[in-house]
Amino acid sequence: MTEEANLSPEIVLAEMKKNGITHVVWLPDSETNWLYLLMKAEPSLTLVAVPREGLAFSAAAGIHVGGGKPIILIQNTGMMESGDSMRGWAMGLNIPVVMMVGYRGYTRHGVNKDTAATYTERFLNAFNIQYYLVEHSSDAPRISTAFAEAEKNKRPVAILVGDEYHGFNH
Amino acid sequence: MIELEAMVKAFQPHRGQAIVVSGRANRYWDTMSQLPQRDLSLGDPAMGGHAAFALGLALAQPKQKVIVFDSDGDLQMSLGVLAMVAEQKPSNFYHFLLDNECYATTGGQPVPNAKSIAYDVVAKGCGYPLAYAYNNLESLSVNLARILSEPGPVFVAMKIVPEITNTPIGQRTPRLKRTKDQSIADLRKELGIRE
Repeated sequence: MTEEANLSPEIVLAEMKKNGITHVVWLPDSETNWLYLLMKAEPSLTLVAVPREGLAFSAAAGIHVGGGKPIILIQNTGMMESGDSMRGWAMGLNIPVVMMVGYRGYTRHGVNKDTAATYTERFLNAFNIQYYLVEHSSDAPRISTAFAEAEKNKRPVAILVGDEYHGFNH
Repeated sequence: MIELEAMVKAFQPHRGQAIVVSGRANRYWDTMSQLPQRDLSLGDPAMGGHAAFALGLALAQPKQKVIVFDSDGDLQMSLGVLAMVAEQKPSNFYHFLLDNECYATTGGQPVPNAKSIAYDVVAKGCGYPLAYAYNNLESLSVNLARILSEPGPVFVAMKIVPEITNTPIGQRTPRLKRTKDQSIADLRKELGIRE
């Protein structure tokens, strides 16, 4: 695995800034943890930590209604826990929000040992939520694609972070 | 205990220009409010989220006072929101809790440990610098002006007389005077937010 193969946190942060993010609503997870120090040091971002992922969707909805531009940063496990909040606060209020979801258990070959991965895409499909997989820095433009789609359709769109750095593909 | 309608009426002279997320108080708030363009009456998008929604609004609009009418059932479902608010320390955030000790819209079943929770103490323990509790209208009324002039976040627990309904949801008369979309659009226009 080369350095270029990883998803660079600097590139992800650049995508956030490029898309005008004002608030990062997040709960730490191992797949997206690498962003934390960078986000914390970025003066244009306000970090809003949630104790449970469902609260990320209601908080993000409030930020959007108030004129801010939120992004949600959670793990697939928490996304599944958030189903009703995502339905009511994000989809029900037509909130254009991108959620970056740590894809715990992801393997490119599809043979996984973690049911969190097994149900992730099925869950998104059940809610009819569009999603894009991002594994490497070269995939980063998909993040902007997700933002454009969320704005266009006034709906949540997911970015699944299947970062090779953690070795889930092996 | 305090009658919900009387509490909402007592609130009107003190509201000022605050944005109000009326939550479980919307049945009376919508009929009394003189500033509907600053009201967010969203019904119940998903239980447990009103306070976090209002927090998000307060963070995005730090120059506007934001008042939310939360409920005991909602708060118990998302108790961690108290720590979330306390960490952000929004000086424009006013968190009023309607504690009727039950799930009034499903027949009045008690919330867990309904009569023995000091929500103001929980809020204080989570880091709210100011937290109060009232169980009669007179005490609440004489303190409202002061409470709303204090820097947030402020938490106010109010014991409210339950208004129990048990009609199936599909048979209830809709309470919202505007659609959720219209309520949001009106507020964003009022705040000068471009679509």
